[in-house]
Amino acid sequence: MIKKYTCYFVIIFLIISCGGSESEVAEESNETAAYDRAEMLKHWADKIIIPSYNSFSSSLSALDGKTKTFVETPNQANLSELRTAWLNSYKAWQHVEMFDIGKAEEIFYKSKMNIYPVDKSWLENSVSTGNYGLDNANSYSSQGLPALDYLLNGLAASDNDIITKYTANNKYKNYLSAVVAKMISNTKLVVDDWSTYKASFVSSIANTSTSSANKLINDFIYYYEKGFRANKVGIPAGIFSGSPLPGNVEAFYKKDVSKTLLLEAMEGIIKFYNGTSFDGMSTGPSLKGYLSHLNTTKSGTSLSATVINKLETAKSKINQLPDNFVNQINTDNSKMLTTYDAIQSVVVLLKVDMLQAFNINVDYQDADGD
Amino acid sequence: MFSLKKYLEKTSYSEPLAVFRIGFGILMCYSIIRFWRKGWIETLYLDPIFHFSYYGFEWVKPLGEFTYILFIICFVSSLFITIGFKYRVSMILFFLSFTYIELMDKTTYLNHYYFISILSFLMCFLPLNSNFSLDNVINQKTYSKVPAWTIDSIKFLLCIVYFYAGLAKLNSDWLVEAMPLKIWLPSKFDLPLIGENLMQYEWVHYFMSWAGMFYDLLIPFLLLYKPTRIFAFLLVIFFHVFTKVLFPIGMFPFIMIVGALIFFDHKVHARLIAFLKNLFTGLKKSSDIKRIKNIENLKITNQKLVTQLLCVFFIFQLLIPFRYVIYPGELFWNEQGYRFSWRVMLKETVGYTTFKIVDKKSGKYFYINNEDFLTPFQEKQMSFQPDFILEYANYLGDYYKNKGHQNIQVFADSFVALNGRRSQRFVDKDFNLYGVKESFKNKEWILPLNDEIKGI
Repeated sequence: MIKKYTCYFVIIFLIISCGGSESEVAEESNETAAYDRAEMLKHWADKIIIPSYNSFSSSLSALDGKTKTFVETPNQANLSELRTAWLNSYKAWQHVEMFDIGKAEEIFYKSKMNIYPVDKSWLENSVSTGNYGLDNANSYSSQGLPALDYLLNGLAASDNDIITKYTANNKYKNYLSAVVAKMISNTKLVVDDWSTYKASFVSSIANTSTSSANKLINDFIYYYEKGFRANKVGIPAGIFSGSPLPGNVEAFYKKDVSKTLLLEAMEGIIKFYNGTSFDGMSTGPSLKGYLSHLNTTKSGTSLSATVINKLETAKSKINQLPDNFVNQINTDNSKMLTTYDAIQSVVVLLKVDMLQAFNINVDYQDADGD
Repeated sequence: MFSLKKYLEKTSYSEPLAVFRIGFGILMCYSIIRFWRKGWIETLYLDPIFHFSYYGFEWVKPLGEFTYILFIICFVSSLFITIGFKYRVSMILFFLSFTYIELMDKTTYLNHYYFISILSFLMCFLPLNSNFSLDNVINQKTYSKVPAWTIDSIKFLLCIVYFYAGLAKLNSDWLVEAMPLKIWLPSKFDLPLIGENLMQYEWVHYFMSWAGMFYDLLIPFLLLYKPTRIFAFLLVIFFHVFTKVLFPIGMFPFIMIVGALIFFDHKVHARLIAFLKNLFTGLKKSSDIKRIKNIENLKITNQKLVTQLLCVFFIFQLLIPFRYVIYPGELFWNEQGYRFSWRVMLKETVGYTTFKIVDKKSGKYFYINNEDFLTPFQEKQMSFQPDFILEYANYLGDYYKNKGHQNIQVFADSFVALNGRRSQRFVDKDFNLYGVKESFKNKEWILPLNDEIKGI
């Protein structure tokens, strides 16, 4: 009996080892190897994520300087300079919002930086009582870049009246300073953490729900669908509400920069997809490269090319929009809707075709399959 | 000449049933503990605000806090099955509680859950407590032989599962394109030893597709035929352990491995039981045991009725997987007749479906954010299965009707990718789904697949 069992084990072992030796032959014939995820993660971290954070961080330092000058001497010139610094930061922000991973995810960074529309009454209440509680989830919509939009552009109808708000007493000055300080300290937490987090980020290459690549790819898609598509275009254009909500555009109080920010965000998305470094000087492993490598699709244009083509189409639609989305929504919302449709068509490619090719689950429900 | 009458009179040693009962009971106990500990009672049954129902079982819903009681009943009955205590009642309770759990939400449908459900139905009629059970001690009776059909019916069910799983693989995607393994295996690059190389090679994808097909089709015969049985069982172990390593398929591999033991000769089982008896020497020495009367043959009460019923059961089992032929279109695409057919790990489908609520009179519309109603898991399953899409569309319509909306129409904007094909529109986007009743009729609002898959 035992002899018989041993015999079977030997047979199975032979089958397995046979497979092994054939694999060596295949290796020699230079068959495809797995896509190098470690290289991709390293490229993302070194050339895209960390430089983007550094750029945003230094824009905040400039913003900090201009804030201090304005608080010291609230006048027209200083207000204008502060607004420019704010817009620069807002543009730089568009390149980091999608990286909701590590410390950023842990401290709800993106919620503290860019939830809009601003909760005006909560903000005003904080200003007048002096109790800010900026770490409280209720205050997420009264801080960050949208809060600055309100504080710099929306406090009154004319610049003179805005400045008067700051000269009348210290309440707005204090709140403005507190918001900027909080943005800087939150950003510092995230940026500092990357210096240590990077090692584990780069080494986590598995195909599991908690691995860096899977998480970041999901973050990227989530950002494209929510932070980008819905928040910046869909919600203001009334896609989810039946009637338009122009008050929900990004930078509602400044009004004429919504397109600038949307374009900047699209730029960030295209660069990340293509694996273009933050400085634009080099390209590396990317979602596009990964898709080309797998090339599981059978028909026509490759998926990797279709995605970039559709992103470019969406970008050109954005380019046709005016700077001021509020006006556009109120006069001719259909242009917003066509732009939305162009953006939306990429969601299908990312969530269906790309995730199928990568074999990554969009959900992280831990459940059995069969 | 095969005579049914003679076959029904044929007897067989009862040990295999006892081993099967114990294996089944232990695995079920563990499955329920595992399910509970992973927090799935909450995430799958208590957290969602909406549940997808099986057609005809819309009345089966999670029971709030009582859902836990349901799981406790299921656990206690499996425990009783293991020790063979009040077997018949325990088995019926297990079948009812387990099936109720599965019917609560079809999002969680798995072929192996369905297998457990129908197997436990079958087991309700079989004398699995005839040997090495607490019932023997209580009734002071043990049976060394049972009708052979009782053991054979379990074997038959296992054979159906394997053979039909093999038949399902006889299609051009599986055999000619090596899909979906061509997608699944390369994504296992993180496996030690084989991930970076073997899993990436195309010939491995083809080899495993064909090997899987042959395995499923042939393993029933290799298990039934005595000379190949041990080899077949080693294959069973290898195959299921390997799939367990590759895919998140939970308890299924263990259930099939333990299940395949039933094919062995009763002597193997007798030795296993002797081994267990040795483990619990206290039982062996108990004076109670010695007084237990051994009865040679167990007679099934109402054998005629039971066997007739089981015949109907098996005819259903043989036919149900083929019900797809009455629907037009590609089965892998429209999934009409896909479930309950042993199409196990057979295709890769990803979908993305959003819904538009329209006021027919004013033309005003808005889109639904699925996150507001569904868990990510539910959304994933809903996105490519037509019956889910229809049920959810009607739920949304009713939801907004209750909120005072009028002239409601619900349209699905749906894209699905099947086995590496590019995504294409899945549902007629101009077809108002609100008010369309679920039925066995063909769903004409599903757009056809722009491709052909040949085969069964």
